[in-house]
Amino acid sequence: MSNDIALRTDDLEVTYTGNREVTAVDGVSTEFAENKLTAIIGPSGCGKSTLLKALNRLHEIQPNAEITGEVYLGDEAIYDTDDPLPEIRRRVGYVPQTPTALPLSIYNNVAYGAKIHGDHSSEELDDLVESYLRKVNLWDEVKDRLDDPGAELSTGQVQRLCLARSLAVEPEVLLCDEVTSALDPISAEQVEETLEDLKEEYTIVMVTHSMDQAKRLADDVIFLYLGELVEANDTRSFFENPQHERTQEFVKGHTAVDYDDEPDEESVTDEQPVATR
Amino acid sequence: MDRYTEQRLFGFLARASAALILGVLVMVVGVTLWRGGRVFITDPAVMVTAPGSRYMLDGGGGFLHAVLGSIFIVVPATVVASILAISTAIFLQSDYSNERTSDVINMFLNVLWGTPPIVYGVFVLTIIIAAGAQTSLIFGTIAIAIFQYPIMTRYADEALRAAPDAVKEASYGLGATRFETAQVTVRAALPGVIAGIIMGFARGIGDAATVLFTAGRSTQMPGGPFDPATTLPILIFEQAASFNAEVRSHAYAASFVLIVAVLALILASKLLAGRFARFAPGGRHS
Repeated sequence: MSNDIALRTDDLEVTYTGNREVTAVDGVSTEFAENKLTAIIGPSGCGKSTLLKALNRLHEIQPNAEITGEVYLGDEAIYDTDDPLPEIRRRVGYVPQTPTALPLSIYNNVAYGAKIHGDHSSEELDDLVESYLRKVNLWDEVKDRLDDPGAELSTGQVQRLCLARSLAVEPEVLLCDEVTSALDPISAEQVEETLEDLKEEYTIVMVTHSMDQAKRLADDVIFLYLGELVEANDTRSFFENPQHERTQEFVKGHTAVDYDDEPDEESVTDEQPVATR
Repeated sequence: MDRYTEQRLFGFLARASAALILGVLVMVVGVTLWRGGRVFITDPAVMVTAPGSRYMLDGGGGFLHAVLGSIFIVVPATVVASILAISTAIFLQSDYSNERTSDVINMFLNVLWGTPPIVYGVFVLTIIIAAGAQTSLIFGTIAIAIFQYPIMTRYADEALRAAPDAVKEASYGLGATRFETAQVTVRAALPGVIAGIIMGFARGIGDAATVLFTAGRSTQMPGGPFDPATTLPILIFEQAASFNAEVRSHAYAASFVLIVAVLALILASKLLAGRFARFAPGGRHS
């Protein structure tokens, strides 16, 4: 990891103090390189999503989450700061696991963030909406129906809409929480292609439980186990030459499974069912 | 009894109870529409004619005063109550209050919901007496708003809770403030919120006890917010108790107006909710 560092965590610890106290992220210190895609992998419940949300303080919307340690965006601390919280979340964007359109038109889904963060003329907004929809390869599919509800798009389209929406506030870092897990194989592939394009320009941190996806997309990989960081390395070394015993088991365990590259494996999620009603 | 007999028996009971309740409903609506409709056919002007000076005695004129009274009392009450209800419901979400606070407030709301409306009427009457004021349209509005508030709040709270967390996450993730996120969440929950508002409106327009001592039971056209007024449910009670057969028949005409208004409201809420449901996460399929 010789590149510039976009985001860095320092002894980050997140504890949920509900009925049962759980330390979801336990003393994680790591770095995320600029304009690279870093995948966070690990078994279910290992704190991947919590770590991701702690990177833009999104876990704070849940009651009972306590955090110690610090996250640095460039050189700036995001916890010990005078900046208002929404400003931090604008700079570190987040794409949720369940593809969810805001209850607005397609156009306004993309324009929403820009609108709340500043005044734009309607021409500026038009341009912005078009450029970000193009960036996520959605423009051609929706350009004739921009006023339709975002929720009427297909799940895969909604997920690309979510990407466009997050990019439209011009974040420095983009956090993606298992963004393909709720998608059918074809849509998942389209989103992966989009991410592949985006990582040229953005620092992306992606949680995934698909080792194949990490192999395909990621430049660097971070392996979490029970909230602790076990190993962080570039993708090739991580998979070909895992240093720690646990990583070796995890990598081997996954390759040992009959993993014949069927994209179907990806759409199986063990965490949240897709919200199809 | 073997399990298949059991199943048949239960099937029969379930169908019979559905048929019973539907039959009663059809009869209530049917009788009102039939007897009220007859009055309208012979004298369609009763709804838009002001009452004569001796209306309750001889049925001269119509009951426009109660129709207007209902509108002027219940519409503003619904507006006030829905603003308060939506604000409270937003406050009850985890962004603003912790679980214990919202549990306690919800318990109070349930108590309020279960409180008989006559109690609200007496409460507002106490205020009127303490203030040395006279019963009038505005106090009827206040009493109805208090009556509607817990109903609407519970509906709005349920709707907001049912809105997907991902909407909140997405909004916060874009750097929205708590208030902006609340606006987005309300939009996502709009079908349920509207259902609550319409339900509150329907309950409000049909309630007699709240306005009984507060609005003044006027038999004349309402003059202004500080003048006595009456509403359709109170008028129906008075009409039905009249010695005059024509006045009694007007009770059905007034019931007809009420029932048509409530049916129209429910229809309107279905249409509105359907329109907004297209935008709610999950699209028109939800």
